[in-house]
Amino acid sequence: MITLTIDGREIKAKDGATILETAREHKIEIPTLCYHEAISSAGACRICSVEVIRGDRSRIAAACVSPVEPGLVVKTNTEVITNLRKVLIELLLARCPKVKAIQDLAHKFKVKKTDFKTEDEDCILCGMCVRVCEQIVGKSAISLVNRGTKREVATPFYEASSACIGCGSCAVVCPTGCIKVEDIGDKRTIKKWKAEFKLQQCKMCGKYFAPEAQLEYLAKALNLPEKEFEICQNCRVILGKISKAEEQKSEQMKKLSLS
Amino acid sequence: MDKEIEVILKNYQKDPSQLISILQDLQAKYNWLPKEILLEVSKGLGVPLSRVFSIATFYRAFSLTPRGRHQIRVCLGTACHVRGGKRILERMERDLKIKEGETTPDSKFTLQTVRCIGCCSLAPALIIGQDTYGRLIPDKLKEIYQDYK
Amino acid sequence: MRISTLNDLERIKEKGLKSIFPKKTKITVGMATCGWATGAGKVYQAISGKLKKTKQKAILARTGCLGFCQREPLVEIFVPGKSRVVYKEMTPEKAQQLVADLGNGNLRPEWALCQLSDPLCPENLAPKEVEQIPQYEQLDFYKKQMKIALRNCGFIDPENIKEYIAKGGYFALFRVLSEMKPEQVIAEIKKSGLRGRGGAGFPTGIKWETGRKAAGETKYVICNADEGDPGAYMDRSVLEGDPYSVVEGMTIAAYAIGSNAGYIYVRDEYPLAVETLRKTIAQAKKSGLLGKNIFNSGFDFKIRISRGAGAFVCGEETSLLASVEGRIGEPRQRPPFPAQQGLWGKPTIINNVETLANVPAIITRGADWYAGIGTAKSKGTKVFSMVGKVQNTGLVEVPMGITLREMVFEIGGGVLKRKKFKAVQTGGPSGGCIPESLLHLPVDYEELSKAGSIMGSGGMIVMDEDTCMIDIANYFLSFLEEESCGKCVPCREGIKRMREILTDIIEGKGKMEDIKRLERLATAVAQGSLCALGGTAPNPVLTTLRYFRNEYEAHIKDKKCPARVCKNLINYFIVERKCNGCSLCIQACPQKAIIFKGKKKPVKLDMSKCIKCGTCLDACKRGAIEVR
Repeated sequence: MITLTIDGREIKAKDGATILETAREHKIEIPTLCYHEAISSAGACRICSVEVIRGDRSRIAAACVSPVEPGLVVKTNTEVITNLRKVLIELLLARCPKVKAIQDLAHKFKVKKTDFKTEDEDCILCGMCVRVCEQIVGKSAISLVNRGTKREVATPFYEASSACIGCGSCAVVCPTGCIKVEDIGDKRTIKKWKAEFKLQQCKMCGKYFAPEAQLEYLAKALNLPEKEFEICQNCRVILGKISKAEEQKSEQMKKLSLS
Repeated sequence: MDKEIEVILKNYQKDPSQLISILQDLQAKYNWLPKEILLEVSKGLGVPLSRVFSIATFYRAFSLTPRGRHQIRVCLGTACHVRGGKRILERMERDLKIKEGETTPDSKFTLQTVRCIGCCSLAPALIIGQDTYGRLIPDKLKEIYQDYK
Repeated sequence: MRISTLNDLERIKEKGLKSIFPKKTKITVGMATCGWATGAGKVYQAISGKLKKTKQKAILARTGCLGFCQREPLVEIFVPGKSRVVYKEMTPEKAQQLVADLGNGNLRPEWALCQLSDPLCPENLAPKEVEQIPQYEQLDFYKKQMKIALRNCGFIDPENIKEYIAKGGYFALFRVLSEMKPEQVIAEIKKSGLRGRGGAGFPTGIKWETGRKAAGETKYVICNADEGDPGAYMDRSVLEGDPYSVVEGMTIAAYAIGSNAGYIYVRDEYPLAVETLRKTIAQAKKSGLLGKNIFNSGFDFKIRISRGAGAFVCGEETSLLASVEGRIGEPRQRPPFPAQQGLWGKPTIINNVETLANVPAIITRGADWYAGIGTAKSKGTKVFSMVGKVQNTGLVEVPMGITLREMVFEIGGGVLKRKKFKAVQTGGPSGGCIPESLLHLPVDYEELSKAGSIMGSGGMIVMDEDTCMIDIANYFLSFLEEESCGKCVPCREGIKRMREILTDIIEGKGKMEDIKRLERLATAVAQGSLCALGGTAPNPVLTTLRYFRNEYEAHIKDKKCPARVCKNLINYFIVERKCNGCSLCIQACPQKAIIFKGKKKPVKLDMSKCIKCGTCLDACKRGAIEVR
């Protein structure tokens, strides 16, 4: 265990943990935008910036990618940090004025308006969709394309990606909700990736529940027969309950027959 | 085309970490990077197409649109800027009737800018292919175009 | 020829000396990029042709950059026992004339730059002094210079390993591998006070020590040859003019930290340097100076070349690593530092070209010698690219501590066309503009930082009264906006917004509160950015605000550009009393904005069509067009 100080409190942290993880464990609030526990951290949005003091040297670092060190002194709410955070939020507000997550941040940290020329983007380029597709799903259907102010998340050649399985994990982690997954009838559309998928119909209840492509991929990845994926989650649960009940019944029968 | 791509991939032992050098060699050969080639690279190296596309669009050296036979790179480094590099670019845009980033209709020249080519003592300067020209004066640019077919 | 022992080195040294100082006449043409760009290729061919035609027995050779780029193409003619003269601004015709004059003793002093002498030259071949031609050391340009990193540039054939060895090359590596332990090498470099020459100025010895102490069997040495700062080209000159010094330096570094594999990361815009390095590495391998069991010491080291692809951000260490690994050049936060966790997660030390070129010299002549040069905290010499509005442009290597005034006005020969000095910009896009009032400052890492700039890679761009400082600040921000990788918010969004404010000011739409807005953004960008690109991006804006606030106020309050650069704030005028209607400007104008009013009558300018391109200014021979 490593001992460090966060906002005046002495904290014991796990070796190898980041300042953000440690702070969250001890209920110390540090705001984030591009952080999700299921994927690697990037330190891109800089909203989680904190002051880190080691000896007589002070610097500003993103808490999500800063490893804890013994004797470190961390301050999460100094004037420097508050001012920095305000400017960052203003910059994001100017880029994405209609995004709720940014508006909420602005409200929370008392950023009233921005005097920069506003644009109309809905993506904050946090990169989480790309990371989840690469690290959790394993398909890398999308990537960060171009550089600098022209940077965007896109499919190869801005066309529907042959690697995309329509699972929607990207939409799940997206903080702004700009990736819209629409299920209508037997079709799923993810407009942002120009993708359309045929949905699998549940053999039990008849509902359309997941893209066939996704289920195919899962079957291969888990080395299970595709038949396993013809039933939706709800029906699986019911089936599970039924089979558990049957198991209990046959246990009882056995006991009775033995006695 | 596929065989030629194979050869280049083999030159780098099909090592995915050599992706940038591989794309540079391919571009040197084909003068730009068409989609079909990037697809082949993705398949040949076992690297997701999204990653190949990400790299091809991040680095300025790569062009995903066809280029002219000769790439003019006008230097806009600090020394060239201070000694009139912008005027050289503007003059070339007028002379060739294209804007920065565009290619002449006869596919002879593609006009680009670069910062910097390391000829700062001879500012303003430009490169065409492997040839460097320094101490440029707008009126003398005509002589340079003539050297190229 | 395999070189494995001291005897081998001595033998090759003798051969190399015969190559540098042959018994026959030797004509050497400077063929680095600056040479090529001014026509050295044609000069070389002309000499070759003339020699064949006149059937003269002379050796024709090539060399790298002598540093006085303003005077390229340079041709050196060595007549053993008689003379050794460097000629400037050569053309094919002049060069052919020199060849023709070879027998008749006409040294053409009016074409000469200087004469050279070298203590290594055997006495019987040493040139005699020629009265009318100044010695190299007497020229204002070279007088105050001290060449260590550039010691061989312009004096040897860069592709000839024998000549490199003749000048002392590889004796340092031999000494290191046969007499010194890695810890001793590190101690020596620490003692010398060598600091990273790429920009940050981090003590090299400490970096190597961290690399040595890092756990693990596999370690890497990387030479950062991504030289992205616009205006800086010293690394290119070393790579083209003395590539073996970098290879030897890397090998010594590798031995010191315990690495057996290295990379040289060269930017895409330097094709000649890449070619030269390929040949250098191949030859070193052939000679046994790279590969297994170098100098029979049991130490192995191999080098690969990794090419950049047009991204300034890849000069930053962690972005460079990403690029070598085949990924996009995005930096990551540090710690952990590359010396602990670098390429493929292994301990990696990354050193700049100039830093490595110094290493063999320090080992050969000793840390004390090196530490005796320079100032208390900035030891040794630094190479600067003296460019911009200065008389003598070129590469200059000076001991630290020389003043900026000496550099610009003595070595540089003062401002071009006798215009008024305004500022000298150092440190590239991470640096700042230093005004006349601070020209007394010595060239020193800490002194330049105190003034708001940085040493950086050594770009020194001289600016005069015709340079608009807001335009310069805007120029650097535009550059960084294009080169930003786009990963983090403060850099990607912040630089863009700073540039928007500057654009408003340049276009005459600025307000006084814009200065406070700029300063607030500057603080956030400097503090919040992930890497040094964003972290130092505000420097040009902050230094111009600090020293040239009056120019900002003129643009904002008076809507005027004192340097007459910002197009929205200037107008072109015909000075009627000087104009005789010759119409040269009318022919030149691409917009047909100038109207002929009759013979001998002044022309008229239609400002609604004028795009302020300046072509008419160039065309007019009577000074009848003014910009106000």
